[in-house]
Amino acid sequence: MPTPLVVSDVAKSFTMHLRDGIKLPVVSGVSFSIKAGECTVLGGPSGAGKSSILKMLYGNYAVDEGQIIVKHEDGLIDLAHASPRTVLAVRRQTIGYVSQFLRTVPRVSALDVVAEPLVERGEEREIARGKARALLAQLNLPEKLWALPPATFSGGEQQRVNIARGFITEHPILLLDEPTASLDATNRDVVIELIAAKKAAGVALLGIFHDHDVREAVADRIIDVTAFAPGKLAA
Amino acid sequence: MTDEPLLRVSALSKFYGSRVGCDNVSFDLWPGEVLAVVGESGSGKTTLLNCLSTRLLPSSGTASYRMRDGQFRELYRMSEAERRFLMRTDWGFVHQNPADGLRMTVSAGANVGERLMAVGDRHYGKIRATAVDWLSRVEIEEDRIDDEPRAFSGGMRQRLQIARNLVTGPRLVFMDEPTGGLDVSVQARLLDLLRGLVTDLGLAAIVVTHDLAVARLLSQRMMVMKDGRVVESGLTDRVLDDPRAPYTQLLVSSILQV
Repeated sequence: MPTPLVVSDVAKSFTMHLRDGIKLPVVSGVSFSIKAGECTVLGGPSGAGKSSILKMLYGNYAVDEGQIIVKHEDGLIDLAHASPRTVLAVRRQTIGYVSQFLRTVPRVSALDVVAEPLVERGEEREIARGKARALLAQLNLPEKLWALPPATFSGGEQQRVNIARGFITEHPILLLDEPTASLDATNRDVVIELIAAKKAAGVALLGIFHDHDVREAVADRIIDVTAFAPGKLAA
Repeated sequence: MTDEPLLRVSALSKFYGSRVGCDNVSFDLWPGEVLAVVGESGSGKTTLLNCLSTRLLPSSGTASYRMRDGQFRELYRMSEAERRFLMRTDWGFVHQNPADGLRMTVSAGANVGERLMAVGDRHYGKIRATAVDWLSRVEIEEDRIDDEPRAFSGGMRQRLQIARNLVTGPRLVFMDEPTGGLDVSVQARLLDLLRGLVTDLGLAAIVVTHDLAVARLLSQRMMVMKDGRVVESGLTDRVLDDPRAPYTQLLVSSILQV
């Protein structure tokens, strides 16, 4: 099975210059790969570094050491050392991301927030909006909200907009940071269906799911992040 | 997307006597990219912007710009006339204070039309129609076209300044604190408008701001300046979510939460 993303020996720490430069190690020796058509889940308690790993894979956090090799277009790219411009191209074409919280933009409607990633990939705006409508309907977001900017939506409504935005494209790699945290049972099931459809389409998924039932339903493999705790390697 | 940058800046420095304006700044800017330059007052960001837009000449360093014919030209070796022509046709400059970028005593329509005439348009009807179109794109009602900007609110003036700058289809726009001095609801409207125009027109832009929220909303890439030097640069969300330089950490931690 193809492995579109390989992480090897990645380490990350935060240096807090405002706190006398203390160094907070987050993870080290992170090595794993994810496979097309599978959903890999990062497991471990809060604070183990799961979100930090996802953010490094998306280029949102800098990487101290190691490599993140991703298959992008016809070549391989090391995201840990890629230029901002390359990271942007990878985000547009190769790696999608559903963050924990939606960052809202003033005055842009929910429908356009969802359609935007497709438009950025060159899709016609009206076709993108059509797909956005279908996804929002599938996620049971009331139609009267579609034309409104999501800033005033409830947490669960915002999260569904965020999920639709992440799932609308055909990125070969999809990162999911607790996409079901504030959803009810019905919508959790919709997300499980959406993930199954992505797997069937050959997408490589990597996610964090605190919800036990969702994790059981989607995970093909669980990676225990506590194995990457800094200090473990020194032994 | 083209494989060549639109602007290449290398080791640009500007000294005012012994004082540092900006020191050894280098970067490339590609078409369609928005670069935010952030830092507090006196950090050199406006000096940098003025050097790049050739309103100031640097003490040392180079900046080359890819002209429409695909050839790179060294900005500081062009003649004054060539630079003025570039400024009128291929570039825009949005000032913090609209009065600096507008002619306050001619009508709104003339403010937009004047730029068109500068690039050779002569047909009155066409110029007026384009002006009306641009005023509506920046959400100014058609019946205000014959009013002078003196009679406009601050937000309207700023939108008019943007229309005046974008009407000639520039490829690169410089913006100096484009939302400074506007109240927040007006700011949100302007930001949304700018964001849409930049995406639709595929503009490259260099935006100087001290407001990190503005930078996050408008830009993909960011440079953080302190005492004339670039202390950190990278993807905007990376710089803001994982700031590495001590000064960037201080800036990010100083944002007031609403």
